[in-house]
Amino acid sequence: MNDIRAENLHVWRGDLHVLRGLSFVVHGGECLQVTGANGSGKTTLLRALCGLVPLEHGRVCWRAADIAANPAAYHSDLAYLGHENGLKGDLTAIENLRYGIGLRRRLAVTDCAAALAQVGLSEQRAVPLRRLSAGQRRRVALARLSLMDAALWILDEPSSNLDAAGQGLLVELLERHLGTGGLAVVATHQELVLPSGRVRTVTLQ
Amino acid sequence: MSAPQVAFRTAAALLMGRDLRLALRRAGDSLLPLGFFLVITTLFPLALDPALSLLRDIAPAALWVGALLSSLLALDLLFRDDSQDGALEQLALCGQPFAGLLLAKTAVHWLLTGLPLVLMAPLAATALGAPYGAMPGILAALLLGTIALSLIGAVGAGLTLTLRRNGSLLALLVLPLAVPVLIFGARATALAIQGESLAAPLYLLGAMAVLSATLAPWALAAAVRIGLE
Repeated sequence: MNDIRAENLHVWRGDLHVLRGLSFVVHGGECLQVTGANGSGKTTLLRALCGLVPLEHGRVCWRAADIAANPAAYHSDLAYLGHENGLKGDLTAIENLRYGIGLRRRLAVTDCAAALAQVGLSEQRAVPLRRLSAGQRRRVALARLSLMDAALWILDEPSSNLDAAGQGLLVELLERHLGTGGLAVVATHQELVLPSGRVRTVTLQ
Repeated sequence: MSAPQVAFRTAAALLMGRDLRLALRRAGDSLLPLGFFLVITTLFPLALDPALSLLRDIAPAALWVGALLSSLLALDLLFRDDSQDGALEQLALCGQPFAGLLLAKTAVHWLLTGLPLVLMAPLAATALGAPYGAMPGILAALLLGTIALSLIGAVGAGLTLTLRRNGSLLALLVLPLAVPVLIFGARATALAIQGESLAAPLYLLGAMAVLSATLAPWALAAAVRIGLE
């Protein structure tokens, strides 16, 4: 069963006690929306869930196993999309997908093309990414997300730079992901509305 | 939990292919350190009295200080872009051994900046009056030396990843660690120019290259992880 469990997380950033004893569980098919003012620790929480930020206290469990015990296995189930897309400006959209996904799983070129068509970038597939707009680059990152075949999505402001159609696309991708038993933790400022209503919200102080 | 579907060897080869392709699209950036090395080393014969014996005396020092400074200059290229555009955290989270991926990146970095320097060294050595017979020795010493320098430098680059003006701190961190390579590299080169056996310093350079290839990836992974926090 897919589930991620945060138990009593405490994280310090320098002198700042950012997360103070946060606990929650997200099950397969659920989306947890993390809201809160700027500087309330949304990004810190997400990076702590990824295992990028060390915990002062508490633990994160994926499928009932502490993520610190076997990070490689955890990371192969995890897709993270941060503030930065993690895409190379000098590579084309297709190349970015091929290299980004190829480290994790075998991938046919037709899959990359289909994923780009899905995010509406078929025509820009051979254009170096730095010539695309910020929103288009975000769409390429969403295409990579959908190809990663990961059960757990951790998304930091996924809708930044996206137009209305792009946000619709994000909702569609999330719905499909949740429908197949996946789960998502999403930090966002705009309220995330999924037609299926499978969203819970946690607000950081 | 599912095991990674892609073998590490495949992933590392893919990452190396990506870095080579990126470097080809930015060929100027990768060639800059090589140009720096050639300019520095050929400035010596221009600035000095053109007596062959004097040039030969300073040739080892000029070659190795040039190689050291040029490798330092090249370090900026290693992680900076990947750190800024978020590609580095994607690498850390892809489920493959992080130390291995960073070693693969460093290997490409050496191929792009260390190897060209080795291949162009005979040109610089000739300008410094080194006899033709000394070239194999000089090449062997630089080959081993640049491998060690790339690996040592990569750890420094990893440690200074998040600092804004990291160039001078990087130099302060890396140069003292590179001193043994400089000493034995210059010694091997001097022996090669004098036509004597350079086996001893060459063995030591080889040992340093192997030691840094063994230890550096772990230090590198730990350093970069701190940078990603």
